[in-house]
Amino acid sequence: MLLITCPFCGPREETEFHCGGEAHIVRPPSPSALSDDEWADYLFNRKNPRGVHLERWCHTAGCGRWFNVARDTVTDRVFAVYKMGETCPPLPAESER
Amino acid sequence: MSNTPNKPASGQPNRLAAGGRIDRNKPLQFSFNGRKLEGYQGDTLASALLANDIHLIGRSFKYHRPRGIMTAGPEEPSGLVQLGEGAHTEPNIRATQVELYEGLSAASQNCWPSVGFDIGEINSLGSPLFSAGFYYKTFMWPPAFWTQVYERIIRRAAGLGKAPVDPDPDRYEHRYAHCDVLVVGAGPAGLMAARVAALSGARVIIADERPDLGGCLLDEPDDHPLTEWRDEAIHELAAASETRLLPRTTAFGYYDHNYLGLLERVTDHSPAGAATQPRQRLWKVRAKQVVLATGAIERPLTFAGNDRPGVMLASAARSYLNRFGVCPGHRAVIFTTNDSAYATALDLNAAGAEVVVVDARNESGGDLALRASTAGIRRIAGSAVIKTKGRHRISSVDIAKLSASGDRVEGTASSMDCDLLLMSGGWNPVIHLHSQSRGQPIYDAERAIFLPGAPVQNEHSAGAAAGVFALEDALRSGADAGMAATKSAGFETTSPIIPELDKDTEVEPRLVWQVPGAKPGAEGKRFVDFQNDVTASDIKLALLEGYSSVEHVKRYTTTGMGTDQGKTSNVIALGIVSETTGQPIAELGVTTFRPPYTPVPFGALVGQNRGKLFDPVRKTPMHAWHETWGAVFEDVGQWKRPRYFPEPGEDMAAAVDREVRATRNAIGMLDASTLGKIDLKGRDVAEFLNRIYTNAWSKLAIGRCRYGLMLGEDGMVFDDGVTARLGENHYLMSTTSGGAARVLAWLEEWLQTEWPDLQVYATSVTEQWATVSLSGPRSRDLVAELIEGVDLDPEAFPHMSVRGATIDGVPVRLFRISFTGEMGYEIQIPSDYGLALWERCIELGERYDLQPFGTEAMHVLRAEKGYIITGQDTDGTVTPEDLGMDWIVSKKKGDFIGKRSLARADIQRDDRKQLVGLLPKDTQALLEEGAQIVADPAETIPMTMIGHVTSSYQSPELGRTFALAMIKRGREQIGKTVYVPMIDRTHAVTITEPVFIDKEGARLHA
Repeated sequence: MLLITCPFCGPREETEFHCGGEAHIVRPPSPSALSDDEWADYLFNRKNPRGVHLERWCHTAGCGRWFNVARDTVTDRVFAVYKMGETCPPLPAESER
Repeated sequence: MSNTPNKPASGQPNRLAAGGRIDRNKPLQFSFNGRKLEGYQGDTLASALLANDIHLIGRSFKYHRPRGIMTAGPEEPSGLVQLGEGAHTEPNIRATQVELYEGLSAASQNCWPSVGFDIGEINSLGSPLFSAGFYYKTFMWPPAFWTQVYERIIRRAAGLGKAPVDPDPDRYEHRYAHCDVLVVGAGPAGLMAARVAALSGARVIIADERPDLGGCLLDEPDDHPLTEWRDEAIHELAAASETRLLPRTTAFGYYDHNYLGLLERVTDHSPAGAATQPRQRLWKVRAKQVVLATGAIERPLTFAGNDRPGVMLASAARSYLNRFGVCPGHRAVIFTTNDSAYATALDLNAAGAEVVVVDARNESGGDLALRASTAGIRRIAGSAVIKTKGRHRISSVDIAKLSASGDRVEGTASSMDCDLLLMSGGWNPVIHLHSQSRGQPIYDAERAIFLPGAPVQNEHSAGAAAGVFALEDALRSGADAGMAATKSAGFETTSPIIPELDKDTEVEPRLVWQVPGAKPGAEGKRFVDFQNDVTASDIKLALLEGYSSVEHVKRYTTTGMGTDQGKTSNVIALGIVSETTGQPIAELGVTTFRPPYTPVPFGALVGQNRGKLFDPVRKTPMHAWHETWGAVFEDVGQWKRPRYFPEPGEDMAAAVDREVRATRNAIGMLDASTLGKIDLKGRDVAEFLNRIYTNAWSKLAIGRCRYGLMLGEDGMVFDDGVTARLGENHYLMSTTSGGAARVLAWLEEWLQTEWPDLQVYATSVTEQWATVSLSGPRSRDLVAELIEGVDLDPEAFPHMSVRGATIDGVPVRLFRISFTGEMGYEIQIPSDYGLALWERCIELGERYDLQPFGTEAMHVLRAEKGYIITGQDTDGTVTPEDLGMDWIVSKKKGDFIGKRSLARADIQRDDRKQLVGLLPKDTQALLEEGAQIVADPAETIPMTMIGHVTSSYQSPELGRTFALAMIKRGREQIGKTVYVPMIDRTHAVTITEPVFIDKEGARLHA
């Protein structure tokens, strides 16, 4: 079970959180202008990387706030936690992870 | 250890007169297979059985061979018993880990009619049937025979203990803990590490599976040089304020981010204590640093008949001697490849047993071997035990000279009588937790052992677990690990004093993965996995058949897949694979270690989350009334909702019929408090609703309500409900009862992650307001008597309106809305007044023939009117258009969630399922909800399914049954006949509009 540091509450058990998948997917401003493929890309297609993944988490059983987490999908190590609207802070180089 | 001549204790022929950590003044009575026996306080079930000279414990998994106690610890593969009786019974319990208590009862497993005479032993004769992969080969044909015949026979013949049938009567609890340093294992290295950490002031937890701390020191004679050091260390740890000692506690799982699961056996050793304490406690520990001082497990040797009762690990015999004062045999042969077994030889000799050591090595051993020789113990060098004899207990061994290469025997074997055979093939560090923590074990080819690799988490291995076997070195290793862990956790440490100990010289062990037979082809059954009955030949057969990866060999032969998870077998199996294929072990790798280290009862994992505590139960403020008046409840999400209110003699159908008629003809009253209520405030609520719902909200006037459909971004209906505008920037959204939390989370997600610029505050107020829903032609008359301050004239207060009002001065919200198709009112009142309002309505309603109704009548009423229930008539694949509700999808307003998806080609398809009504030709036939619909009832199976029934009821109004359904191109087929095949017969039904009453809405707007 992961230990996740909520930027508002501090470190808490994974069971208090809900993972909302890949972060930084911006809803297209004019969906009607998009082709089916472009819309499908927004709606369905996700990176699912092996390695660092920027993802959204919500502290459901705590403050209820959404925030972003940079997590390694192989080791489950968390490299950064940052608020909605912020960009991901610099991460350690791959050799140092 | 006492050197006095050994007089057997009364009734315990193998008990020594003195020595051990048992209390001879506290005899305990217990039973095994119904036989009354005696042991002592401090015994395990295994030591007490051995004290009584009982070696035969059970029958093996496949061959039903007699099996006994092989070890003295958690690695025990064969000494498994059925413990306890009735609801308390537990199968597959390792006798080596059960502490004896007064009245304990245990029985043999996997034998019938008795352990001594077992019919299944015939499997042993038919053993070619049970070779590697026997599941896949023997029982292949015909396929139907697998479930009908083979599986049933195998399940009965091959198996372990029996699971209890009754609910678990014991109590379990969960506990969270945080610490700076968690030390797993309280042997010399663990105690040292914990001592260092505790001295620094760090929060320390030290856990050990045994009842006493000390690890391998407990297996040493009392005069061991570290006895005093151990007592001192325990004393010091017990006194440290931030240190918690957890004896009888197994760290069974090492998970992410230094999260470990520990199982504490709180009252297993004294069932009387269970009155005030839980049986077991599951600790969920989050540790900053972890020290793994989990010791090592001795390796058996692989020779013919190495599974007979009376064949044990050398270290186990030593444990029984020194810890329990039990000498498990009197004529012992010790078969070893290394020096460590000589310690057992010396102790057995001192206890008065006859001892012969068969050493696979030609050269003489180190200091221990020298001492054994001095004590007059006979040593047969360069030889091996190649065979054993004896029916229920070993009676003799065949000993032969090993060739230089070790793959064959030289000369002829000689036989030697014995009643105990001890084996030592070296030691395996216990690296299970290290591996679980994602560490990659590395193979030390020189010593033929796996060692912990580089730590992945904040973890340090120490002592024998790290391959450091000599005591003084292990202490130093524990000190180093303890200091490293403590420093990393942020505390200052100082180097502890390491007791100086004599170190015995050692001579290199001889590596023997498999012992040859008297001649090639006559190897016999050399067991590798004692629990799953896997022999060396099975492993070779698997390789011969092309299973070359160790993971495949493991699964094909089932090596290491028993409840012992191959603690004694996995490395030997690897050795045999390596020897057979010529691939070095380091290249083969080791199979993955997974939690739990030893089995964990489901009860402990479940803890208190069972029965009433399994899930919260939510009750409305009117619940007590519903109970008093005999409501039959149903679960809606976590809510308890009355399903119907039967009167004496009524069944559900009769009650629902009466409730529906009352609502259509007079007044029906529903407790609607469970419907989700979300209070929305802020400048941008209307804009937010425009984006969340499919219809337009900008023009909704204060005091008016609107129904809305919520879609997912994929265009599918997700929830629905009525939202009322209470003030300039104040709205109240209602949701389905089960969807309230999901909808609030959905709103929050959009507000927080996508539209933080919108000023909207969403708050759940579901539990703050109780809701009484009144519907029926006479409802206005009743509401008029009740409410103050609202003009109820339909012109002034039409359908879909809301007003603030009072009842006896209590502020309420009065809605004119309906989910039944009748004129309807909803009164929301602060929860504390909910019951009073309900009772008041019952009282006033008497004149109007008011009847309370439940969810079942509600379903009938709404379905007659064609109102959908999201989640019943929809299933996440249904669009508004599919429901015939495109009237609610705004064509004028801008974007909303799901809009773009409605333009996708798949959603535009003209053969999508559409909501329609169904009228069975047999007017009393009730279709099954979920039943499939076909166009041609004569079609051969598999038939073409064109739709399914979503709701189906008996309608009092129509005097017949009816249903709602989703059917492909349903709307253009109205009037056609289709078919619903059900178990008893196939029903012909007519497709209709999905609205059955008051299509023009006259009643609704009355």
